Amino acid sequence: MITITHYLVLSSILFTIGLVGIIRRKNLLMLFFSTEIILNAVNIGFAAISKYYHDMTGQMFAFFIIAVAASEVAVGLGLLVLWYKRKSTIDLDSLQSMRG
Amino acid sequence: MEKFIYITLFAPLVGSLVSAIFGAKKKNTAVGIFASIMLLVSAFSAIILLCNIDAEHVYHVKLMDWIIAGNLHIPFGFVADQVSVVMMSMVTFVSAMIHIYSIGYMEHDESFNRFFVYLSLFVFSMLILVMSDNFVGLFIGWEGVGLCSWLLIGFWYHKDSASWAANEAFIMNRIADLGMLIGLFLIYWNTGSLQYDVVFEKVGDLSVATVTLIGIFLFIGAMGKSAQFPFHTWLADAMEGPTPVSALIHAATMVTAGVFLIIRANHIFSMIPNVGICIASLGAFVAVFAASMALVNNDLKKIIAYSTLSQLGYMFVAAGLGAYWIALFHLVAHAFFKSVLFLGAGNVMHAMDDELNIKKMGGLGDKMKWTMIIMTIASFALAGIYPFAGFFSKDKILEVAFAQDHYVLWAMLWIGAGMTAFYSFRLVMLVFFGEEKYKHYGFHPHEVKAFVLWAMAPLALFATVGGFFEHSFMKFTTELLPEYEPEIEPHFMSYVLMALTLGLAISSILFAVYKYKTGGFSKKVEEYPIYKLLLNQYYIPEFYNKCIIKPYMAIASFLWLKIDVAIVDKTVDTIAKVLYDGGDKARVMQSGNLSNMLRLMVFGLLVLLLLVVIFNPVK
Repeated sequence: MITITHYLVLSSILFTIGLVGIIRRKNLLMLFFSTEIILNAVNIGFAAISKYYHDMTGQMFAFFIIAVAASEVAVGLGLLVLWYKRKSTIDLDSLQSMRG
Repeated sequence: MEKFIYITLFAPLVGSLVSAIFGAKKKNTAVGIFASIMLLVSAFSAIILLCNIDAEHVYHVKLMDWIIAGNLHIPFGFVADQVSVVMMSMVTFVSAMIHIYSIGYMEHDESFNRFFVYLSLFVFSMLILVMSDNFVGLFIGWEGVGLCSWLLIGFWYHKDSASWAANEAFIMNRIADLGMLIGLFLIYWNTGSLQYDVVFEKVGDLSVATVTLIGIFLFIGAMGKSAQFPFHTWLADAMEGPTPVSALIHAATMVTAGVFLIIRANHIFSMIPNVGICIASLGAFVAVFAASMALVNNDLKKIIAYSTLSQLGYMFVAAGLGAYWIALFHLVAHAFFKSVLFLGAGNVMHAMDDELNIKKMGGLGDKMKWTMIIMTIASFALAGIYPFAGFFSKDKILEVAFAQDHYVLWAMLWIGAGMTAFYSFRLVMLVFFGEEKYKHYGFHPHEVKAFVLWAMAPLALFATVGGFFEHSFMKFTTELLPEYEPEIEPHFMSYVLMALTLGLAISSILFAVYKYKTGGFSKKVEEYPIYKLLLNQYYIPEFYNKCIIKPYMAIASFLWLKIDVAIVDKTVDTIAKVLYDGGDKARVMQSGNLSNMLRLMVFGLLVLLLLVVIFNPVK
């Protein structure tokens, strides 16, 4: 039997993978992937809890997140292409023109 | 008539404000002339008021409301009654003459315009003091004249001694003003008003103890302003200011404000004769004490300053013994002869390139004939010789003391009168007669300009004939002030007393003339301890310096270095330093590197999650 705990554990694992990706990776494309993983980890959580409580709000919210994530990736990739054309690199550390 | 009250009051202010426009500009004689004209206008309208006020016609105007808070209601109200109109006329008249005089005296001073700003402002403040119909207005004027006195004593502020003297005068007055302020609080507390008429009406219902307290505190204020012992040291040092200032502020007007306060508050003081006797005793003491210091001093202006102190003592004797109109009469007479004496001293200083040591003068009479005549007249008036003004007023005060059986006071005043006559003519003899010592010191004295002498002439005239107005003055002022006529039994005694006083004054004068004609005292006198005591002003300034100023300084520097710098400042500085250093360390975080930021963000998120787990706010 697959209980809510399993879903939440899966969600947590995915979230952690995404978080580690954000910290470790320098490649902007990989950062996008990590972000998507995190968002989908959250979606799993939402959907699972929505089912558990018989409340549709969580599933609706998951749809919204998917939509927002899609548009975010579209904009982000556009910017990324532009950046690559200008600097010939998508390394995160190249995104630094001001110094504190 | 109301408009004349406003003209008298505001003409000097207009003069001051217009002069202020040119305050920092180059010397402009027109400024002095304009200020003088404004003062003449003011004096003229004051004299019109003087002629139009009698028992039925007393003018009381209200310019506007000033403070209204709860039950406290203080308007800007002015009153022109018998007392204030006498003061107004005297103040504006003397001031007008001194303004004209100053045009000549300050001729070569680069701050000529600034001088007139302050001088006219002083007259305005003094008028507020005498004309106000409530104690608060009086206090505002009181502080205003104090401020102007500070500005004018320190007029040559680049001289250390001048700015020191200005501060001394201001601080001494501030100490005494605290007493005055407490007196005002007590009045308001007990009567619920500060308007003269209301206060004087209600003061009769108060207990004697309360009124005594009020009287004592008001008198402390008066002591400071009138430089009575122990606040007297500032007046001699105030002579650092320009001489017209000494004549106007430190002889004729401001220092008499204390006496004016007692006269004005006569309803309060006549309820407490015991305090009155204390006032009179202090006055008699100062009359002798200050005159004795004047006997040996060699500073032209300081001699006259001590003489002012001594004469203020006489006024306090009269006021303390309840003879208010006599005090006021001596105040007015004194204003005339003392201001002209100071102006004469100014002429001498001018001629002698600001030299003040009378031992270096002598024989100036040939070069400065008119100054000599005027100063001799003033000295006769000061010494109380018939028929000069001082005779009438001073003799009256002695009679009062005798008539009330205060024989000790009478004897002190009598001795004081002898001393006064002696030092006045010591000064005249040393300055104008005898050996022409100034030639050894290379001075080239010359008489002052004619208009300067003309400005002095009216004052000298009043110093001469003022005494003959005694009867009409009494009639006029006793419409408001309590009537008082010293009665001495048997009647011929009063003539005996008069002859005694006059005899002492004349013999002192003759003694001074004889002694200084024949070369003065021998050098041996200067070795006597009493001479040293007097010359050092009874060592009182030194005593103040050792026992008050030095310990105060020590306490102040302890508080400054050990408390303020070491504790208060250090605490504040440490807080600032910790914050600054923390900022310096934390600045590195803002490197602009995105991966660092992401790491920090994740770290922050974890910390927040951790906090959520620990504190568990969702129950």
